[in-house]
This record gives sequence, structure tokens and C-alpha cells, in this order.
Amino acid sequence: MRNRLSPRFLCPLALAISLTAHAEDVIRIGYNLELTGDIPKVGEMSKQAGEMLKEEVNSQGGLEIGGKKYKLEFVYEDNEAKAESAVTTALKLIEKDEILAMIGPNSSKQAIPAGQVANDNETVMITPWSTNPAATLDRPWVFRAAFLDPFQGPVAVNYAVKTFGAKTAAVLYDLENDYSKGLAEIFKSEFEKKLGAGTVLSFESHGTKDQDFSAQLTKIIATKPDFIFVPDNYNQVALIVPQARKLGYTGEFMGSDSWGSAELMTLCGDACKGLSFSTHYAAAGAQGQTKAFIERFKARYNVVPDDVAALTWDATRVALQGIQNAGELTGKLKRDRKAVREGIAAIESFAGVTGNMKFNEQGDPIKCAVVVKISDTGAFEFKESVCP
Amino acid sequence: MIESFIQHLINALQWGSFYALIALGYTLVYGVLTLINFAHGDIFMVGAYIAFFVATFLLGLASLSGWAVLALTIPLTMILTSLVGVSLERVAYRPLRRKGANRLYVVITALMCGLILEHANLALFGASRKAFPPLIEETVYKIGDIAFTDLKLGVIATAISVFVFLHWIVTRTRIGMAMRAISYDRFAVPLMGIPPDTIIVTTFALGSGFAGLAGLLFAMSYPVLEPYMGALIGWKAFIAAVVGGIGDIRGAFLGGFLLGAVEILVVAFFPSSYRDLFAFTVLLAILVWKPTGLFGVARTTKI
Repeated sequence: MRNRLSPRFLCPLALAISLTAHAEDVIRIGYNLELTGDIPKVGEMSKQAGEMLKEEVNSQGGLEIGGKKYKLEFVYEDNEAKAESAVTTALKLIEKDEILAMIGPNSSKQAIPAGQVANDNETVMITPWSTNPAATLDRPWVFRAAFLDPFQGPVAVNYAVKTFGAKTAAVLYDLENDYSKGLAEIFKSEFEKKLGAGTVLSFESHGTKDQDFSAQLTKIIATKPDFIFVPDNYNQVALIVPQARKLGYTGEFMGSDSWGSAELMTLCGDACKGLSFSTHYAAAGAQGQTKAFIERFKARYNVVPDDVAALTWDATRVALQGIQNAGELTGKLKRDRKAVREGIAAIESFAGVTGNMKFNEQGDPIKCAVVVKISDTGAFEFKESVCP
Repeated sequence: MIESFIQHLINALQWGSFYALIALGYTLVYGVLTLINFAHGDIFMVGAYIAFFVATFLLGLASLSGWAVLALTIPLTMILTSLVGVSLERVAYRPLRRKGANRLYVVITALMCGLILEHANLALFGASRKAFPPLIEETVYKIGDIAFTDLKLGVIATAISVFVFLHWIVTRTRIGMAMRAISYDRFAVPLMGIPPDTIIVTTFALGSGFAGLAGLLFAMSYPVLEPYMGALIGWKAFIAAVVGGIGDIRGAFLGGFLLGAVEILVVAFFPSSYRDLFAFTVLLAILVWKPTGLFGVARTTKI
């Protein structure tokens, strides 16, 4: 009697079959984001960009692959802006949520360890914002949408030398942040290569949770540099710049792309006006599809999309392009993930809202950087564009 | 060189003031209850947030000037923060004390209360940081290459006056005498007709109130608020209190300034990446040399 399949048993079985059949028409992409922790605005902006893209694709019936429409399903997970949480989040997305590709983490501090997990588990990961070379280096499964720090460093050096007429510099960076430390070192070696050894007068660090920078700044100011390079996250910039002013520093600052968050101006206020930083795109004065993207984003969320939002948009579209290039989805996760990786690697040239990009063999895009200056109204104004 | 050293000294005094103000709260509660109130750093954080909401609300009333807002924000923040501290005692610590729970459990409860405050804040106001509105126009004064602001001097002056005030309370008033009596013998005190609960509540109110004041001054000096801002500074202030000799008000005060000075001066003369390593090695050395802390005396009346 026990062997006979009772209707009671068959019923959930049929349901299960119908569910899996249904699930095949869905493409699931995972987001490994900084929704809480040090840089919550980064995660929020990424999520908003993802949601907007998902709705635009799904409202047209879904993504077409090999003549069949697939609905998009995005899973957003919080990595608390911590390296160890980024790893567990990546594992959860890959194993439990069975995603086809992962977007994020954004910050290099999380993207470097999470990239290892994605690579080991043979799942495509595209980090929108990470600029540290280690995130994608020797990892065929990991891609990015941003340029690299070895490219960004010289951009900052050249701009400062040309615009401020700088002959000496000082650096203040976050010791616990891979991104900040890496970029600080690249900047130092580039600057000294250009202007001679010893022209970086002081090279000081601080911790991620620090709020008082007076000791480091006093030391820096005493050496009288022409400008201070601060490759720090926007929340720390909002403390560092006013503190330097209160210690009597009147000179210039130069920042990096981690300044480019929508929250910089609300936290920093007037003290940051007039400063410049290198970044991925300038919202003020954008053209073409970038302009269209900014307008749709503004209409939906009532804020100007920052770098992270634009890069997440591009990263997700690269992933979708890769899935389309795969030709067809078999429903076998391992095989499909491989096809997606090959699909992305096969992209000849991609026109993103942050500029045209083309991936090299490391999975890094070759694209331009811009330098923006913060205007008196707090807008990020385009100053110059630097292409490789 | 001299100028730069004096500048570092001013920085150290200002930074140490915050440690001192928070350490005073740890030491008061420990002195009376021999309880390490690990939630104290988070009460400081709550104080900063209360100051933020009070100041933003008062600034919304257009008729008030910045100084008037500050004058109202100080007492309101202190009162509201001490209410938080007192309710924490009422809700979490008193029931355990009534049931005669071991001190270890109360300490763990304190740790949990701190986490609850952090995550309640995270849930209520989100992970996004708050920018504290500038209440007063800060003026930068310069003497040669030495720069300081009126706020910096205000912070240092506040820390010193709070210390003098608390020292006066503990050594010169009836309530202070009762506090010392409880720390001397908790079981004999009720027999003498002193209500211990009133004294304990007063202690929590005092400690939390000044944590609130510290939160306000901190928010004015470092105007970016986040839910975890109290955790690290709270732990460090606790270390300062221990190094000074926990339970002793002079110890907390000097310990706070000592930690501030060590942190700043290490950065001043060594590469800044060694700061915490050197700072805590120095403190460890002090504790090895004098395990009860600078002012602590083994097994005597504390506070």
C-alpha cells in the first residue's frame, strides 16, 4: 500500500513540477550591496538603479533570448559594507538563490574577497564601482564597469599639476580600505615619478571608524603641501575637509571617485564647494542616452543619479547583454553560467551611460575618466575628460 | 616645531575631552553598582541623535537664533538622554538586581542593551547618515601657525567643569555621600534609611545626562551621525576609565585625557598606521605596572 502514489502525494509533486517549469522563464540576478554599514547610500543607489532597469525590461514583456521572453527577477542582499559579509552574501546568492550572475559588491574592500568566491564557484560577477585591480585580476569570472586605479591615479596627478600648478602634495588615506590604500600608493608613485622623489611631503593614514583626523591633518599642514589628495569615502571626506579648514588650512584638495556620492553634499555642506575629484561620469551637462537615463531616474526617485547608480545600470546591462549573447538558456545552472561568462567576454564594444567600454582579457573595461568640480550650488560640474 | 607640538596638544585636549566625558559615566555607575554599563557608548550615540532632533526642531522655529537654539538644546538633550539612561536601568538592570542575578548577567544585559539601542536606531532612522546642522558660526583663531576654534575651547572647558561638578557632587553633597555609602556596603545602606533605588537612579541620570552633553558637543565637532558612532568611542572610553582606575572620578577624567593624548601624539611622531598599536601598548604597559589603574586602590571605597 505504501508504494502506491496517493493523490495526496501527487498533488504537491505536480505543483513542484509546475513551479520549476515556471521558474525557467525567469532570469534571476543577485545584488551584493552595501545597504547598511559605512556607505549605505551606495547600496541604496545601486538598488534603485537595478529596480528601474528591471521594471523597464519587464514592462516590455521581459528579456528576449533565442526568441523567448524571460522575466527578470533581482535579489538584493545586504553585505553591511564588510568584507566577511560580502563573502557570505555572495555564497548565499550563488548557492541558495541560484542566481545566473551577480552584480556588486561596489566597494573594492568587499569586491576583492567576493570576487574570489564568484570565481571559485564559476559564477559571473560584475562589480559596478570597484576600481582596485585586484578585484578582477586573474579571475576569468569577474568583470567590472569602472576604470582602474592605475588609470585614475595619473588622472588626479595630471589635473592637480595642470590646474593647481602643484609642485608638492600630501596624502591622507584609509588604512583599512583596500581601495583607498591602493589608490594612495599609486598616486604617490605617479606624483613622485612626475615631479621627483620626496615631492609627496606626507603620507598619512587613518582607520575606517575614525572621526577625528586632527593629528594627521596637523602633521600634513605643517609640511605646507600645495594640495592634499584624499582618496576616501564620501562620509569621511565630509569630516576631513571641514576639520582641515578649522586647523587653518586654506589650500586645495583633490579627491577620487569615492567622493562621487549623492550624499557628499548633504554631509559636507559648504566646506566641499569648489573642490575637484576624478570620477566616472558628470551628471551636469550630460548628452544622449546618459541624459535620458538621468531624466528617467530623476523622474522616478527625485534625485540625480550618482556614479554608483549609473555604473550599476551599466553593469546590469552588460550582464543582460551577456545573457542574450549566450543564445539560449538550458535551465542547467552550471552550463548557463558558463554561457553567460562567454557571452560577456564576447562583447565587442558596449555603449553605457558612463561611456563606451570594451573589456580586456582581465575583464576590465577600457573607458574614459572625467574630472568634476563641485560648483557653488553643490552640483558636480564637468571639467575635463581623460581617455586611455 | 614648537608650534606644531602645541597644535597637537590642543587637538589632544579636545579629543581627550570626549573620552573623559564618556568615561565619567562608566565610572559613576561602576562606583555605585560595580556594574560595567557597556550600553554607555550607545547612550552617548542616542544623546547625539536626540541633540540632532532637538536642534533641527528648534531651528525650524524661525524666530530663534543659533545661540538660543544651542542654549535650549543643551538642557533638553541632557534631560532626554538621562531619561533614556534611567529607563534602561528601570527596564533592564533593576529586575535583574531584584532577582539577585550574578553581576556577570547584568554586564551581558548591558552589552545587549547597547546593541538594541544601535539596531533600534538603524531600524527607525535607516542606515543613512545624518548631518548635524551648524548651530553657531565657528570662528578660527590663529596665533602664528597654531589654529583653534571657539568650539574646541568650549569642549575642553565643558569637560573640565563637568569633572569639577561631579567631583563636588560625590565628595561634598548628601547624595554623593549616599553614593559612596552604597559602594562601601550595599546591604547596610537601606538599614540606615537611605533609599538605594533613588541613589542608583540619580547615578544613571547623572552619567547619561553628561553622555548626552558629550553627544551634543561631539555632533557639533564631528557633524556626521551614524548608528554605530558610539560603539568604538564607548569601548575606548571604557579603557580610559580602567586605565585611570575605574570607580574613581579623577581616574576617569585623567584616563580620558591620557588616552586622547597618547592617540594624537603617537600619530604626531610615528607613522599614523601605528596609532592604535602603539596607543594600546602604552595603556597595556600602564595596567601591567599598576593593574588597578592610576587612581585605583585595591579593594577600598570606590567612587
